[in-house]
Amino acid sequence: MRRRRGRLGLRAARSVREAEIGDRGGGASRVRGRMRRERRVRRKEGMERNQHSIPIDINSNPNQPTDSSCCVVLSNAVADHFRRRGGREYPYLNPEDWIAGKANMASGQVTKRVKYKSSVKDPGTPGRLLLTLEKLVFKPNNPNSASKLNMEFRYIKNHKYTKEGSNKAPMLNLTSSQGASYIFEFENYDDLQVCKECVGKALSKSVEAPKPADTSEVPSEQPTTEELLMRMNLLRENSELQKLHKRFVIDGILTEAEFWATRKKLLSGNSSRNTKQRVGLKSIMLSESRPAADGRTNKVTFNVTPEIVREIFAEKPAVRQAYLNLVPNKMTDRDFWTKYCRAEFIQGTQAAVAEAAEDEDLALFLKPDDILARETRQKIRCVDPTLDMEADQGDDYTHLPDHGIARDGSKDITDSQNEIYRRTLSQDLNRHAAVILEGTTVDDEQLRDTQSVAEALARSKQGHDSANEEAYANANQERLQRISQLMEIEDLRESDDHPLAPLSIKDPRDYFDSQQASVLKTSAGVETMKCSLSTREAYGSLRQSISHIKAAGLTDPIVTPEVALKVLSVLTQNISSTKFGLGKNPGESVLDRLPSAVKDELLYHWMSIQELLRHYWSSYPITTTYLYTKVKTMILFLIFIVAYNGKFKVDLLFCNLQHLQVSRLKDAMSKIDLQLQEMKESVQPDLRHQVTLLVRPMQQALDAAMQHYDADLQKRSARSGERPNGYA
Amino acid sequence: MTSVQSKLYADDVSLVVVLLDANPFFWATSSISFSQFLSHVLAFLNSILLLNQLNQVVIIATGHNSCDCIYDSSSPPQTHSSENGALPALYAHLLQRLEEYSEGFPIRATPSTAPSEYVAIMNAIFSAQRSMVPIDSCYVGAHNSAFLQQASHITGGVYVKPQHTDGLFQYLVTVFATDLHSRSFLQLPRPAGVDFRASSVFGQAQGDASSAADRKRKAPET
Repeated sequence: MRRRRGRLGLRAARSVREAEIGDRGGGASRVRGRMRRERRVRRKEGMERNQHSIPIDINSNPNQPTDSSCCVVLSNAVADHFRRRGGREYPYLNPEDWIAGKANMASGQVTKRVKYKSSVKDPGTPGRLLLTLEKLVFKPNNPNSASKLNMEFRYIKNHKYTKEGSNKAPMLNLTSSQGASYIFEFENYDDLQVCKECVGKALSKSVEAPKPADTSEVPSEQPTTEELLMRMNLLRENSELQKLHKRFVIDGILTEAEFWATRKKLLSGNSSRNTKQRVGLKSIMLSESRPAADGRTNKVTFNVTPEIVREIFAEKPAVRQAYLNLVPNKMTDRDFWTKYCRAEFIQGTQAAVAEAAEDEDLALFLKPDDILARETRQKIRCVDPTLDMEADQGDDYTHLPDHGIARDGSKDITDSQNEIYRRTLSQDLNRHAAVILEGTTVDDEQLRDTQSVAEALARSKQGHDSANEEAYANANQERLQRISQLMEIEDLRESDDHPLAPLSIKDPRDYFDSQQASVLKTSAGVETMKCSLSTREAYGSLRQSISHIKAAGLTDPIVTPEVALKVLSVLTQNISSTKFGLGKNPGESVLDRLPSAVKDELLYHWMSIQELLRHYWSSYPITTTYLYTKVKTMILFLIFIVAYNGKFKVDLLFCNLQHLQVSRLKDAMSKIDLQLQEMKESVQPDLRHQVTLLVRPMQQALDAAMQHYDADLQKRSARSGERPNGYA
Repeated sequence: MTSVQSKLYADDVSLVVVLLDANPFFWATSSISFSQFLSHVLAFLNSILLLNQLNQVVIIATGHNSCDCIYDSSSPPQTHSSENGALPALYAHLLQRLEEYSEGFPIRATPSTAPSEYVAIMNAIFSAQRSMVPIDSCYVGAHNSAFLQQASHITGGVYVKPQHTDGLFQYLVTVFATDLHSRSFLQLPRPAGVDFRASSVFGQAQGDASSAADRKRKAPET
C-alpha cells in the first residue's frame, strides 16, 4: 500500500512536471487547472489514509522508482516546526512543491482568502481562513478588526455551501452546536470546493473523535493555569531546561504536552513542596508560660489553650492516659485541668506531699511519669554499651562561672535540690526537644476537641511502639553481638584484614598439570608463528645488520635537528600534560579541564540526545499510530542532532530531511563519527582522548536507538504486509 | 603494587646495564632496522660514558632463547681499532662480540621457553624492586608492552615508547641518560596510565613481549 502510494504520488508529480514543460507555450491556466485537480486527488488520498501525516517522496529525482522503505512520513510535529520557523502561515502546498524543494512546510491544512460574514447580507470582513483537521481560524486582513475567529471543529455541527452553477457567490456556512452560523464567502468555487472537502473531513473526524486508543495516548493539551505558571517558573529557574525547551518545543520537535509529560515529577515535586510542608511545633517550652498572678489576690490563672493541651499530652503520656481514663466518666474536662494546674503549681513544695495524700487524682500528676520512665529505660537499652561517657566530661562547663542552668530567672538553688533539679530539667528539655522533632500527627482541626487529641496521640504512640518493638528486639540482638565483639582484645586476635584473597586450589597437581599442558600448546603455537620466517634467514639478516654497521660506521648526524626538536617537544608535552593531568586532582573531572565552550557544547548535546532518547524509548512498544509517528519524529531528530553537531545549517538540514531514507540511517551514523571527529580535533591534542571517551557513550546510545528502529521497522514491514504503517 | 621509593643518591655516577634485544625474529619484522637501532644505541652508550668518567656500562645481548654479556666498560680496554677507522674502539669491540654472539645462536631453534622463563623474569623484576634498581624500558614494538610498563612502574623506572623511531637517540639521551641523583629533581615522562591487566603466566598476554628493546638501568654498586 505504501509502495503504491509512493508510486502514485510520483506519477502525479511526473505528470505535472510534464505538463509544465509541455505547456510553457501558453496554456498556463490549463496547467493550473490540472494541477488543482491533481492536488485534489492527492489531498483526498492523504486525508483518507493518514490524517496526521502527508506522504513525501524522498527521491528528488522523480524518474527513479521509489522503494517502499524510502518513504518517510513527516509528522505534524515536523510540519509545525516548519510553520513556526517561518513565523507565518503557509498556504497548502502540494507534494509536487515538496519535490521541487520549494516547500517549507508539510501540512494538512488549507488557507484561503475569504470574506467572513455574520449573515448572508453582511458585506463581510476580508481576511484569511485557515482550516486544519482540528480547527478553523479566521484572521482578518485588518488586524484591528473585531471579527476574528478561532474555534475547534468539534463545536461545528453542520455545514452548507452554495452549489456551483447557481448564480450566488461561493459561500460556506458553518453552524455551531449553539446555533450560531459562520459564513465565509470565497473568491471562486475552486477554493470553496477545497475548503468544503476539508471541512467535511474534519467534521466526520470530530464525530468519530473519541477513538479510544489513539486519543488516550496523546497527552492532553489543556494544562491548568497553575500548571502553566509552574512550567514557566521551572523554565525561568532552570536555564538548561529552558534551552531544551527552546530547542525541542519552540522548534516544534516535541509538543508542549509531550515535553512536560516526562517531567511530571518535576512539576508535582514542586507542588508538593508548596502544599505538603506542615507547620511544626513551637520550640518554646511550656514552663515558660507561667501562670499569671494578678498580684492583689491570691488567685493565679492558668491559660490552657488547645496548643498547650497538645503539648502536655505529647510530653507527658501519663497525663494523657489519666485524661483518657478520667474524663468524662469521673470528672469534667474543666476539673481535670484545674487539678492538673494545681499539681503543677504546688509541685516541689511541702504542700504537694500533703495534698497528694488526700487526693489520689492529684497525686497522679505528682508521681513520676511511668510511661516515660519505661520509654526511657527502653532507649537506654539501645545505647551502645561501649559508649565512653567519660570522653564527654570535658564538655561540662556548668561548674565554671557564668555557666550553668538558669531557670525562671533564678539560679540560687540549694545544693541538695540541685542534683534532682538538674536531672529533671535535662529530662524535660530532652523530652520537649524529642516531641518537637517528632512533630505532631494532630492537625488543627482535631485540636479543638481535647478528647480526640488525647486519643490521636495515644494511637500514634501505640503504632510507633508496635513498630519499634521488633526493631528493639533486633537491636538487642545486635547489641549482644557487639558486646561480644568488643570484649575481645584486638591485639590478641589474628588480624583478619588480608589484603589478598588466599588462592585456594582444589587439586594443585591437577592445576599445574593442566598449566603445563597449555604451556606446551602455546609455545608450539608461538613457534609456528615465528617460524613463518626461517631461522636461518632471520639470523642472517641480523648478522648482515651488524656487519653493515661495522663497515659503514655510524650515520652522521645520528639524529637530524628537526627530528630531535620534534622528539623534545613531544616529550615536553607529554611531561606537562601528565603533570597537570589525571591523578593529580581526583575531585576534578575531565569536563572541567576542557575549554568551557567545548564543555558546554558537549553537555548540551548530551542533554538533547538524552531528551530525545527518553521520548524515543518511552514510545515502545508501539501500539498506536500516535506513538508510531512520534518514534519517527524522534528518529528524524536524532539525525537532526547528528547533523546539528556537525554544524550544518538548519535550513539545509530540512532539505536533507526530505530526502532522508530510513535505509540511510546508517550513513547518518557514520556521519556522526566524522563530525565528532571534527569536534575532537578542535580541542587540544592532549584532551582529545578525553573528549573521545566522553563522546563514545553518546554514540553508543544513538547507535542503539537507530538499530532498534531498523530492526523494528523490518519486523513491522514483514508482519504487516501491505498496510502502510501497521495502523491503517 | 606501588612503586618503590627510590634510594637517595649523593653523586651522579651510574652503572648502566643495557639489555639489548637481539632477537632476530623481531628485528626482521621491525619498522626500524637493527643497524639503525644499533647506531642510536651505540651513540647513547658513548654519551653515558662521556657524561661522567666514573660511569660504567654493561651490555647484555638477549636473543631468541639465550643471552650473553657482550660488553663491560670496566674490563681492560682493547686497543685495536676497526679496520677502516670508521668506528671507535669501543664499538668495534662491542660489535665484534655481538657478532660472535649472534653466530653462537643455535641455528636449530628449540621450542621457545618464554613461558617457563616467566618466573625467572618476574624474580628479576621483583629483585630489582627490592634492591631499588629502577628498570627503564624503551620499547620500539608496535604496541605498548604491558609487561615492561608494569616492570618500570613497580621499580620506579621510566617506560617510553618512542613515537619517532628515527629520533631514538634523542629519546635515549633525554630520558634514559638521566642519572638517578638527578632524577630526584627532574621531571621525566610518566605514562598516563599503566596497563595493569594481569599478564597470564602461561598465556598469550606476552605474545609480543619478545619484540622489545629494553634496557635496565642499575644503580651504581657501592
